Formats: sequence, C-alpha cells, structure tokens
Amino acid sequence: MTTDAGPPAQENPPGEPAPRAAGAALPSAAEFAEVQQSPQFGELRRAHRNFAFPLTVAFVLWYLLYVLLSNYAGSFMGTKIVGNINVALVFGLAQFLTTFLIAWWYAHHAATRLDPKAQAIKNRLEDGS
Amino acid sequence: MSPATTLAAGARLAGTPLAAEDVSDHRALIISLFVVIVLVTLGITVWAGRQTRNAVDFYAGGRQFTAFQNGLAVSGDYMSAASFLGIAGAIALAGYDGFLYSIGFLVAWLVALLLVAEPLRNSGRFTMGDVLAYRMRQRPVRTAAGVSTIVVSIFYLLAQMAGAGVLVSLLLGITSDGGKIGIVALVGLLMVVYVTIGGMKGTTWVQMVKAVLLIGGTVLITFLVLLKFDFNISDLLGKAADNSGKGSAFLEPGLKYGLTATSKLDFISLGIALVLGTAGLPHILIRFYTVPTAKAARKSVNWAIGIIGLFYLMTIVLGFGAAALVGPKEIVASNPAGNTAAPLLALHVGGTGSTWGAILLAVISAVAFATILAVVAGLTLASSSSFAHDIYANVVKKGRATEKQEVAAARWATVAIGIVSIALGALSRDLNVAGLVALAFAVAASANLPTILYSLFWKRFTTQGALWSIYGGLVTAVVLVLFSPVVSGKATSMFPDADFHWFPLENPGLISIPVGFLLGWLATLLSKEEPDAAKYAELEVRSLTGTGAH
Repeated sequence: MTTDAGPPAQENPPGEPAPRAAGAALPSAAEFAEVQQSPQFGELRRAHRNFAFPLTVAFVLWYLLYVLLSNYAGSFMGTKIVGNINVALVFGLAQFLTTFLIAWWYAHHAATRLDPKAQAIKNRLEDGS
Repeated sequence: MSPATTLAAGARLAGTPLAAEDVSDHRALIISLFVVIVLVTLGITVWAGRQTRNAVDFYAGGRQFTAFQNGLAVSGDYMSAASFLGIAGAIALAGYDGFLYSIGFLVAWLVALLLVAEPLRNSGRFTMGDVLAYRMRQRPVRTAAGVSTIVVSIFYLLAQMAGAGVLVSLLLGITSDGGKIGIVALVGLLMVVYVTIGGMKGTTWVQMVKAVLLIGGTVLITFLVLLKFDFNISDLLGKAADNSGKGSAFLEPGLKYGLTATSKLDFISLGIALVLGTAGLPHILIRFYTVPTAKAARKSVNWAIGIIGLFYLMTIVLGFGAAALVGPKEIVASNPAGNTAAPLLALHVGGTGSTWGAILLAVISAVAFATILAVVAGLTLASSSSFAHDIYANVVKKGRATEKQEVAAARWATVAIGIVSIALGALSRDLNVAGLVALAFAVAASANLPTILYSLFWKRFTTQGALWSIYGGLVTAVVLVLFSPVVSGKATSMFPDADFHWFPLENPGLISIPVGFLLGWLATLLSKEEPDAAKYAELEVRSLTGTGAH
C-alpha cells in the first residue's frame, strides 16, 4: 500500500495530470470532467442528494422539535402514558428509533440505488475506456 | 451545565473520595485491574508496532480493518468518560434532562452517515485536511485544517485528562496534588506510547478492546438493575422518582436545562452543536480511513450507530437505577457532580460489603479507566497526524517530504502533544475545564462541518471561502466561550473569582455555527477567485464513485 498518491497538489499547472502512483493511475482531468457532465453521473448525484439532503433537514428538524418541546412544553411532555412512562420519555425513545430506521433506510438506499451506479462509473473510468 | 461540565465541577469540589471505606477495602483490587488494562493495552501496542511499517499503517492502520471492527473502534473512540460516567450521573441527579442530553450524541451520527463518511473515505487519504484542501490552494487550507484539527483535539484532550485525574483520584481515593499530577502524567505517557509505537493499528485495537469492555460492563450492570425490578421499567422509574426527592418532576424535562430562559437557550445551542459537531470531529473522521472502501465506512458507521445507541439506551437504566438504588444523597456525598453514580451503582447491585459488590465496583472502575485511555489515544493520533501530514509534509515541506520523514514527524508531534497536554492537564487540574468538550463539538460544527460540506457539495466554493469558514467559525466559537460563564463569572467557571463574561450562553453553537456557514458562503461570493472546475470535477467524481480511492 505504499503506492498511495495523495490528492494532487494544487500548485501543479492547470491541466497537468495529477501526480500518479504506479498501479493506481488516476484518470485524466479531461476524463473526470467528461464523467462529471455525463447523464449517468448526474443520475448518481441526484440519487444521493435527493435522498440525503432532505432527510438530513428532516431529522435535524425532528430533533429540534424534540428539544423545543422538552424546553417549552413541559406539561405536555410530562403527560403520563402508561405507569410512570410519560410523553417525554417516549419522544426521546422515538429519537433512538428514528435514528436506527434512517440509518437502515440509507444503507438500503445506498446498496440498491447508489452502489451499482457508482460501481459502473468507476469501472468505466478505471478501465480507461 | 452539561455532564461534561459537571465532570470537572467535581474536580474542584470533590473532597470525599468514592465511599471511602469501600475504596480502601477494595483499592488493591481496583489497582490490579488497572494494571491488567495497562499491560494488555501495552501488549497490543507492541504487537501493532511490529506491523507498522509505512505511512498507511501508521495513519490508517493499513486500511484493512473490517466494517465491524471499525464500528467498534469508532464507538470506542467516541464514548468518553463524560458519556459513561457523566450521563449516568446526570440522569441519576437530574433525571430526564440527563437523558435529553444524551440523545444529541446519537442523532449526530446520521450527519456523518448521510453526508460525510463515504465521500471522505473516497477522496481523502489520512486527514480531514486531505478533503478540505483537495481543490483549494494547498498551503493556506492545509494550515487552516491543521490548526482547527489541533485546536479541537487539544480542547477535547484537556477535558479528558482533567476528567481522568478526577476520576482516578476518586476511584483510588487519592487526594494529594502530587497524586493527581501523577495520574495525569501516567495517562499522558500511556497515550504517547500507544500512538508513537502502535500508530493507528495499536490505537484501533485499544479502542476496540475498550468498546467491548464498556459494552460488556454496561450490559452486566443494566441486567442486574433490571433484574431487581423484574424488568419492569415503569417500576424502576417510579422508584427513581420517589428516591430523588423530586417526585414526578424527576421524569419530566426541566430540572437541569429548564431552570431559566437562558438555560433553555443554552441547551438548544448545545444540542445543535452536538448534532452538527460529531461529523466534524477530526479524531472520528480519520477512523473512516482505516477500512478498505467507502461501503465499509458506511457499514462501520451503521455498526457504530447500533453500538452507541444501545449504550445510551442502557445509560437510562444505569442513571435511573442509580437514583433508585443508590439515591442522590450518597451519590452527591461521593461526588457532587454525580460522576461516581455508575461505580456506586455497581457496588450496590452487587451488594455493599459483599465480594460481588467489590468486584463489580472494580470492574466498572477499570472500564472507565480503559475508556479514558482509548479516547485520549484517538485524540492524540488525530492531532499528530494532522500536524505531520497537513502542516509538516504539505506546508513546511511543500509535499516533498518522504514517507519516512512524515511518519517520524508524526511521532515527534505525538511526543510534543503528550508533553503539552500533561503540562496543561497538571496546571489546570483544579480548574473546571470539562466545558471544553462542548467547546470542541461547537468548533467542529462551526469551523469543520461547513467547510467539509461546502467542499464536497458546492461547486463554487473557493479557497477564500474555506479559510473564512474555518477561521471564522473557529475564532467565533472560541471567543464566545472565552467571554462566557464557562470561563468566568460563575461559581462553576474555570476562573470563578474573575468575571469578564458578556456572552450569556455556555455553548456558542447557536451563534458560531451560522457564522461559520455564512462566512464560507459570503467569502466565496465576494472573492474574485475562480473556483477550480477541473479539480471539483475530480473531487466530485471520486467522492461519489470511489474512483482512484486509496
């Protein structure tokens, strides 16, 4: 693994290929630019962003809602549901549950929607076709 | 006001070591277990050191860990003594609000999972700076990334060192100044040995062992507590509320964070910093380089979410269990901040005065000790890696350092960081520095996260933008804390006798996080600099597909 090439230094003159390590040649700048503009890559980008961005906003808001209710709606949160278990505790446990579910959901999305697209593009680039 | 803060509040206030008579009886047992942990971890370190031959081994543990192994190590890196003892103690004394505090630490992992772990693994090599500087002018951005990494890690490290001093003193009943300094020096020395000899391989194994011990110890005590209540959570909560002297208010929000309008705002600020800060903590980020692929990085985050989630769920039982079975009076008598709630609970579920109780107390104490060692090792490695790889190799040597020179620089940096943190830890042993954990999260969320996200996802982002978001977020967070009640103006402040605070909140995130994002955005729009489109194409394609990943 001593063949690692670091992210190439910016000081290279523009257009000059990145410093390469034997055996792990990076595609050229032109190839990267071409792939970035390709519809296949556009699809991969959309598949990632359309999933990850709204979901991130959603779980941050969901967490904030929980914090705000804890802060400013004490009597509602203190309502007992069963025995000594109140709304606040259930709400907190729901945060655990949604975190686990979102983690699972993303893993599923990535495995089915992202990995195959990413792998296809990677294969094409690395085969140097 | 967080448990992290209270950890060191205990430092100053702690006069009575943990149930003195119990400790003197069992000190030999506790010390033997500490010695076992030190010997085992040193053994691992020497073994890992023999397999550390090049930079990839030293920085990234050879990139051959499995997703599960890394998930364990990530958990071990993340769950600090403040989590284990601090949150259990906070629940034991403040009930529901302690539980509320713990949740941000878990939810935060989704940011790392959805937005950061995989692109970072795909496009970086060893440090956070690799990704931040990828498409920017190397030297200024590497410097900024290095500064931010070292600042965040040192704040966090100091809090852990101070916590170690307090904790070990309490557990072993050491009260003399010399004894406390000795403990800080021992922890510092051990972390330097782990990192210089074992590198990332040794550190990873130490963190894995710690995670197994921590989960094992927590499962055991949780099981024993639940057994006493016939697995009826409602009964446990009821008994805890009765025993707390606060009745049903103990199970409702408000006892800790709901006291005043300011404390409410402060908690919002803390919560946001926790959720957004985790994915910007350098010692967490470098863990993603230890697995072979981005897919493995994703899986390791999922393992970590499972393990950390399980751990915080059990902390609920530990905290309320301590309130119910030990009671606030005894907990506060041992440590006003509640940091010994979990060890005391172990003693009680085993039976005070019985051999079982003594053994459980010793085991939980040893777990806490292992927890501290694993976390400080991770922090030390993150800061020395960034010094060697970002600052020495790419700024000082302009990318012309040999691999050998770079690793040697990392080892020397480790020694230097060890010396600095022992000195600072010894000097601040009587100061309340544990608020620095919250500051570390706030800086990570204000300086690192905006820059990481813009770098990965915003085409137009420029070097100017990166510098403004890193330094702007960093300086804002640090200055606000400097002039907050964390440092002066309160009995629980770092300098309680001085008062130069004008910022009302203890947590700067509410201001500094938007400032970090805003400055990165504004500086990008206002600078005349053209973004490097070719480099962004390269970064974007690599980060999403793994092309050319190391």
